[in-house]
Amino acid sequence: MLRFLLTLLLLLPMASQASEGEFFLAAKPAEQARLLDTWAAQPEPGRLALLENLQAGRIAKDDNRKVRLNNRLRGLIDNALASHRLLSDDSATRLAAARQLQKSAQPAQVALLDRRYASEPDAAVRAALGLALANLQLGASDPSVRLAAVRLLGETGDPTARTRLEALLQPEMETDPTVRTAAETSLAQVKRKLLVGEVLGQAFSGLSLGSILLLAALGLAITFGLLGVINMAHGEMLMLGAYSTYMVQVVVQRYAPGALEFYPLIALPVAFAVSAGVGMALERTVIRHLYGRPLETLLATWGISLILIQAVRLLFGAQNVEVSNPAWLSGGIQVLPNLILPYNRLVIIAFALAVVLLTWLLLNRTRLGLNVRAVTQNRNMAACCGVSTGRVDMLAFGLGSGIAGLGGVALSQVGNVGPDLGQSYIIDSFLVVVLGGVGQLAGSLWAAFGLGIANKLLEPQIGAVLGKILILALVILFIQKRPQGLFALKGRVID
Amino acid sequence: MKRRSLIKAFTLSASMAAMGLSWSLQAAETIKVGILHSLSGTMAISETSLKDMALMTIDEINAKGGVNGKMLEPVVVDPASNWPLFAEKSRQLLTQDKVAVVFGCWTSVSRKSVLPVFEELNGLLFYPVQYEGEEMSPNVFYTGAAPNQQAIPAVEYLMSEDGGGAKRFILLGTDYVYPRTTNKILRAFLHSKGVADKDIEEVYTPFGHADYQTIVANIKKFSAGGKTAVISTVNGDSNVPFYKELANQGLKATDVPVVAFSVGEEELRGIDTKPLVGHLAAWNYFESVDNPVNQKFVADWKAYAKAKGLPGADKAVTNDPMEATYVGIHMWAQAAEKAKSTDVDKVREALAGQTFKAPSGYTLTMDKTNHHLHKPVMIGEIQDDGQFSVVWETEQPLRAQPWSPFIPGNDKRPDYAVKGN
Repeated sequence: MLRFLLTLLLLLPMASQASEGEFFLAAKPAEQARLLDTWAAQPEPGRLALLENLQAGRIAKDDNRKVRLNNRLRGLIDNALASHRLLSDDSATRLAAARQLQKSAQPAQVALLDRRYASEPDAAVRAALGLALANLQLGASDPSVRLAAVRLLGETGDPTARTRLEALLQPEMETDPTVRTAAETSLAQVKRKLLVGEVLGQAFSGLSLGSILLLAALGLAITFGLLGVINMAHGEMLMLGAYSTYMVQVVVQRYAPGALEFYPLIALPVAFAVSAGVGMALERTVIRHLYGRPLETLLATWGISLILIQAVRLLFGAQNVEVSNPAWLSGGIQVLPNLILPYNRLVIIAFALAVVLLTWLLLNRTRLGLNVRAVTQNRNMAACCGVSTGRVDMLAFGLGSGIAGLGGVALSQVGNVGPDLGQSYIIDSFLVVVLGGVGQLAGSLWAAFGLGIANKLLEPQIGAVLGKILILALVILFIQKRPQGLFALKGRVID
Repeated sequence: MKRRSLIKAFTLSASMAAMGLSWSLQAAETIKVGILHSLSGTMAISETSLKDMALMTIDEINAKGGVNGKMLEPVVVDPASNWPLFAEKSRQLLTQDKVAVVFGCWTSVSRKSVLPVFEELNGLLFYPVQYEGEEMSPNVFYTGAAPNQQAIPAVEYLMSEDGGGAKRFILLGTDYVYPRTTNKILRAFLHSKGVADKDIEEVYTPFGHADYQTIVANIKKFSAGGKTAVISTVNGDSNVPFYKELANQGLKATDVPVVAFSVGEEELRGIDTKPLVGHLAAWNYFESVDNPVNQKFVADWKAYAKAKGLPGADKAVTNDPMEATYVGIHMWAQAAEKAKSTDVDKVREALAGQTFKAPSGYTLTMDKTNHHLHKPVMIGEIQDDGQFSVVWETEQPLRAQPWSPFIPGNDKRPDYAVKGN
């Protein structure tokens, strides 16, 4: 008998859960929103699974069709779920929940937050809860509570705190003068913290844009910078690299789905090989006949680029192909409340620097590099010394193309992969190489980061369109002043 | 001996060629229709599928016996995303190929480029893409949406409780005529709803912009000041880096929803859509719309893509401009049947009030005077499978207002098509 009663008691909340879920699904959106608000204010442990399933979209109706949610309901579900997760035993879960509540908590949740704040053992969670509570207490009737809340908000660098505090500065919003002055000091504090985040954010996006420019331009720094080939098909080498990434992704997905997380790493050698192969074939068949004739080279390589674009379009279609970011390249790391550094950009900055280092080692520490430098500096003398200049030309062009292929892998992680991918980078690449000084790896490095940062400093002030124009004008002026670029070769090396 | 057989072969082939010639003479009994979509260049990503859709629709009409007892013969030209070339190619279609009608164009600038040619030679153009309005030519029929059939309902939805009750708006667009005009209309509309200028921010990027770090950071900053929504008229493949950056910087649709006017199923094919779930798009048709006409339409298209071996056929999708192309060609065929002629003036007259049961699930009507379709408006949320689920739609098709009342001076414009404006 007792056992029977116990099972009944255990079953009871489960039954009520099921009915709650059904009730929710049957309700109209407005009713669902009201339900979620009530649930958020009065969390019950048994409801956690329902909310989790709702958030993940795992709940289906009777006719096996997914439940339709809109953004408003999704927001409310997030909020209600955070309320429920505050009851969790795991302090990390509670911390995440408290952070969510800082953004979304409603006045009806004050009582709940107050209770949890009082009983919270973990210091970090307590601090986060305090902030969530402070946001709500700004509207409290007791001036001393408001004052404490305002002081607490001054400690954060949270962007929303700024708006909340600004609202308090108006005398009609806040009647108590002491709270108003406290709000003023807190606001100044918050603004200072936000400014730090903003400046760091701009610097980071400048570095990131610079690293992308660098990867795009590095191959050209070899084919144009060292070999002197005005290579209009350079962009298409980037494109081939990106398409190789796509192909690797497709193949890995089909034959080794387990390794899908790491397909960009597998794509690196493949992209290098494909682009280098195509580059070497081009050099042997077309470009070697055109050395010393820049105009013909320009036209021929431009023609090649059109052929490559159309070939890819015929093969893969005009539409962009989907290259997905693996999980370790998605999302970002939160450094400050208003500063997130995306993983893919961090990885690309590191990758760009690694490629520069490798290229530098290759050119300065290997026999091939020595030959390449010899041939570019004095072709006849090098030939006299027994360097097979034709072979060196081919290998150097292949190296430049291969590095462009590596750049393509990186670009596929931040932008589009389509037949026209190369076209959007070719101008920027030439800009970097010319600005940096033809024939100089270090020049390209500084030029890429310089352009990236200058671009990002100008963009917020005058907009992306004008910023781009201004940068172009500045580079032209600079080249007028210093035709050799930032780092000119000195001495007898120049022809 | 060998030579003789060679001669034999030659005469045989010559006679076959002659037969071929007589075939083509017979074929003069067809009706030629022009297809003017870029198959190369930047716009190829969007326009290629419209060309294929047009060919499929023509096949479908031919299979049912053609128009007025004659087969349709498509003449496909490639204006290569080059705006002046659009005008040249359309002149060639109208004067050399003598086509009865042209289906084509995507960007507004290409339409503006061919417009004088069509007006001069009295040709007939069906334009299948949503656009900024401010135009009503007697030689063009617009089967895409005017701003009041797409942009304005979308903003109304964002301001509604279900749409999140947005108070602040970022108008983000590519820098050319469609986004600029649309945003001008939207700004006036927002003013009329009591949104102040400090709560509206307009941002433009160049074509093909790929670095959205600063813009996304600004959106974040702006959204701290109150519930914000982004209204995106970003065109073409710039959308991919934009959405990727949004996801990576942790801006979710529940925080800041983005409603896009140029992102459809075809564009989403190039994106991993998992981080985008919840962002919105406003159109007059979605592939996911559930009705028998659409089921057949989608199945036909998939079968056609497979049969013709189109690239990526296994993942073929339909989208709004494709539906508009399909509807436009059928409406033209119906009007030509009604007029018993393909003469432009007669067909134009017959088109007024023409109706067609469209895949969107509604019976669409060509307006009696303003050359635009009455269209339903749907707002869809991006799903993780690259499709949209409709979260809101109008109760019935809306009449187009190509001259938006939110642009001063438009109230004096006539509500019928006049040349040269």
